[in-house]
Amino acid sequence: MMENDVISAAGLAAGYERLEVWRDANFSVGRGEFVAVLGPNGAGKTTLFRLLLGLDKPLQGALTIFGRPPSRGNQRIGYVPQRHAIASELRLEAVELVRFGLIGNRWGFGRMGQGRDEALAALRAVGAADLARRPLGALSGGELQRIFFAEALVGRPDLLLLDEPLANLDIRREADFVQWVNTIVHSRGITALLIAHNINPLLPVLDRVIYVANGRVMTGRPSDILTTQSLSDLYGIPVEVVKDSRGRIAIIGTEDPAHHHEHDL
Amino acid sequence: MSTTFSWNLARDLALIWQYAFERHAFEAGTVIAIVAGVIGYFVVLRQSSFAAHALSHIGFAGAAGAVLMGLQPLWGLLAFTSGGGVAMAALGRRAAGRDVQIGTVLAFMLGLGALFMSLYKGYATEAYSILFGQIVGISQQAVLVTVAAGLALLAAVAVMYRPLLLSSLDEDVAEARGLPTFGLGAAFMLLIAIAVSIAVQIVGVLLIFALMVTPAAAAHRMARRPARGILISVVIALLATWSGIFISFFLPVNASFFIVTITFAVYSAVRTWQWVRK
Repeated sequence: MMENDVISAAGLAAGYERLEVWRDANFSVGRGEFVAVLGPNGAGKTTLFRLLLGLDKPLQGALTIFGRPPSRGNQRIGYVPQRHAIASELRLEAVELVRFGLIGNRWGFGRMGQGRDEALAALRAVGAADLARRPLGALSGGELQRIFFAEALVGRPDLLLLDEPLANLDIRREADFVQWVNTIVHSRGITALLIAHNINPLLPVLDRVIYVANGRVMTGRPSDILTTQSLSDLYGIPVEVVKDSRGRIAIIGTEDPAHHHEHDL
Repeated sequence: MSTTFSWNLARDLALIWQYAFERHAFEAGTVIAIVAGVIGYFVVLRQSSFAAHALSHIGFAGAAGAVLMGLQPLWGLLAFTSGGGVAMAALGRRAAGRDVQIGTVLAFMLGLGALFMSLYKGYATEAYSILFGQIVGISQQAVLVTVAAGLALLAAVAVMYRPLLLSSLDEDVAEARGLPTFGLGAAFMLLIAIAVSIAVQIVGVLLIFALMVTPAAAAHRMARRPARGILISVVIALLATWSGIFISFFLPVNASFFIVTITFAVYSAVRTWQWVRK
């Protein structure tokens, strides 16, 4: 393991009970890297996050974060899960969610307004200071994603795990959100792993890609991984990576024309 | 002294206070309103109002069974709602979206209650008071049990306050932060169960929403911070309960009707006011 490694995986296999999702993952992620975790639905991207968060145990292999095995409640990780249950009637103001993201793991009542300053600072850091007093239920998908991002940042983590934060955002908000993450990653020198379906808004800022598909995990620079050759190897079937005039890419399965599908990449 | 309403509230209250059963009603009612207001805030936040409703129906089977065995209904309520609450938590892992599991248990329990009631050869008033509440029937012993249960519930909420809020708002984050989200969910179901059991004495199993959900639902619409929301929820529940007991002394109508009407009126007023302001 390199001195600088934030995450290091060797011979790692993940799954549930006897069902293996992927195996033989060998990779490391260094400090300050912005990494996209890509792959089709159900390939095991969220599973990787659950291992890193210490919520599930690896089936095999070694995994370390900051040089230690993963453990639940790691204060150095900020997490934005894929699922949220914010009802449209919820009138609680946005800053309260961020505040409880900071103080919610402590027992007892605590003092009034505890953590409010930190929560406001986190909202400012993601350009959402103007949303602080707004009711959560009244926020748009893009605004909520900003609040969740602030909630992940409020504990000043060294590693960010963002599970599909770009889902349900339109193209412009995707780009905005990626810019905010990129700014935070570079200004604070922290590491971010971001699960995404659409890689295009991420391409300009990515340092590395972790591609999960077909029970395997491949990592490298985007230009090395996102090629017809690498992805055909990974999927075990011919796929084609095509680029448009602006460098945006699409991955197209070519094996069976009847089941031709485009991975929304 | 006559028992008619005089518009002199001090005199009216003094009159009511002479009767032990009315004092018991106010004492138990105060504790129940505070507890229901506090627990109700989290019930609404966690979108568990159907669970609270179902627990009260499960309690109906317990109360009817207790009556059949010659016991205080409260003991049957506590036993059945607690068992039901833990079973519900175990059946479905996540807080929301458990309506199928909950509805299945609810229907079976109502059926059981119907069986116990048809086996019971006593007075129909027992069944009526379990279904709609009977504020004047609260014994000294029931008041003591209510106060003890109420204090224990408030202490439990105080301990769980911050984790319960985070897990209600963002369960996956709470889990990642190391909180025992399943244990919190199960513990909270147990708190609802006990709160429902004591509240049934006043509003009955059918009108449990009046104290456990409606005041909190109105509070959620008015307050943007949890502590304030809980306070408003408690105030609405207290005002409705006190007014209900007070009015029912002078009119031949069950207090639960006035309680449910007042909380409904407050909720409707809040909704209307917000709709007009839009």
